Amino acid sequence: MTPADAAAISVSGLTKRFGPVRAVDGIGFSVARGETIGLLGGNGAGKTTTISMLLGLLLPTEGRVSVLGHDMTTADRYAVLPRMNFASPYVNLPYRLTVHQNLKVYGLLYGIRKIDARIAELADELMLHPFLHTPARRLSSGQKTRVTLAKALLNRPEVLLLDEPTASLDPDTGDFVRSYLEAYAGRSGCAVLLASHNMQEVERLCARILIMKAGRIEAAGTLPELLAAFSRDSLERVFLDIARAPEAAP
Amino acid sequence: MTPAERRDAQARSAFAGHRLFAIVLRHLYVMRTSWPRLLEMAYWPTVQMIVWGFASSFFRGHSSWVAQAAGVLIGAVLLWEVMFRANLGFSLSFLEEMWSRNLGQLYLTPLRPHEHVAALAVMSLIRTCIGLLPPSLLAIALYDFNIYGLGLPLIAFFANLMVMGWSVGLFTASLVLRFGMGAESLAWVLIFGLSPLAGIYYPISTLPGWLQHVAYALPPAYVFEGMRAVMFDHVFRWDLFIRAAALNAVYFTGFAAFFLHMVRVARRKGLFLNMGE
Repeated sequence: MTPADAAAISVSGLTKRFGPVRAVDGIGFSVARGETIGLLGGNGAGKTTTISMLLGLLLPTEGRVSVLGHDMTTADRYAVLPRMNFASPYVNLPYRLTVHQNLKVYGLLYGIRKIDARIAELADELMLHPFLHTPARRLSSGQKTRVTLAKALLNRPEVLLLDEPTASLDPDTGDFVRSYLEAYAGRSGCAVLLASHNMQEVERLCARILIMKAGRIEAAGTLPELLAAFSRDSLERVFLDIARAPEAAP
Repeated sequence: MTPAERRDAQARSAFAGHRLFAIVLRHLYVMRTSWPRLLEMAYWPTVQMIVWGFASSFFRGHSSWVAQAAGVLIGAVLLWEVMFRANLGFSLSFLEEMWSRNLGQLYLTPLRPHEHVAALAVMSLIRTCIGLLPPSLLAIALYDFNIYGLGLPLIAFFANLMVMGWSVGLFTASLVLRFGMGAESLAWVLIFGLSPLAGIYYPISTLPGWLQHVAYALPPAYVFEGMRAVMFDHVFRWDLFIRAAALNAVYFTGFAAFFLHMVRVARRKGLFLNMGE
């Protein structure tokens, strides 16, 4: 299979051990181009570790991880990094730089042509104008989330990894971000992997859902498939069933 | 070429000027908004130059060695500041990413580690020039000593000391990458360990025999000996220059490889995920 035919994300036998701890334990899944997949799991389930390996920031102990057909564990990842991006409210942008300066620096890193026009376009879409020339350290949580999202969309990614993009947002801002992501994924054909604790968000945005626990994928499927498999009427109940079940022996 | 083809070509490129420029621009933005940072860059070199300028004035009347070459001590302190500022400029630009917890974000962009290193070297050059220009001009006004009068040899000395400063900066950046901010203080003090061996204010022959061998394993010893050869004997010692350049090539290559190894260690241990103060 050539990279052009490959799935947006392909993971098999992926394992990450930190000493005796198996943070991710032999997981496998794939995300098709244009598909949005939800990654659910409690704290310490292995979601962020999985995303870090997908980004190439963390090397797996075992297994394979590729994005758009490129191996993320080798220098091959430099061929795909311009085509993917990542957003999380937990990572910082240089706090002394203004929003515009930050976006310009990241735009240059991604080799964006007409970077000022692209920043203006994203500022319109994500309503950044009122604080475009404000230092990042002075932003509220909601403003910071939108700026981080703008950074992640600068290069019009074909694969977008999101780690709890609406954490700590008020309902109004959270809904704005979800609506934006829904529209963006629909019109761009971008594959999205969304790690979240917000059940409604995952139900609304994701075609398929993976539920992780203790580094393993305990359940996977569409929302109706998961509800039927666990005989539950809400994703939250399914999540709680998995979270509260005794852990299987390694 | 379509945008997609251009993007793919950029991605395949092992070195891209726009990525280097992005990192330089990021640091210039920080410098531009902070006049205390600009002041700090020139403050200490100026104070050092003034102190050694007065010391020179005193020694000229009490030391035949200093009297032979007026300004030898001022020249020495200015060149030492080149290496010190080169190191500090490199290390501080790297630490800036750690302080703002931004290193992980940078390394998930197409930025390659060697482009990052090149950008840090450019920033170091800019910071060094900003820091050294005022004291070098003040030395002309206060002590009638013009370091630019050294002519072309000054470029050779400057280049060798810059590269040595970068090498030490690469080493400390590698340690910070591996051991976190606990190693930050090394960025400030490690370079001072080289000063007794560099022969800044005295010939290397002053050192005990065994220590001379250690000194001659380091590029600055050749640079400062070379500076004295120009100032006392009015000759540029090519042999000293070539030895300094060769040693610099070895140290820089070695520490660059060490840095790249530490980037890989950081990827294996997950250090990019929880970096910062």
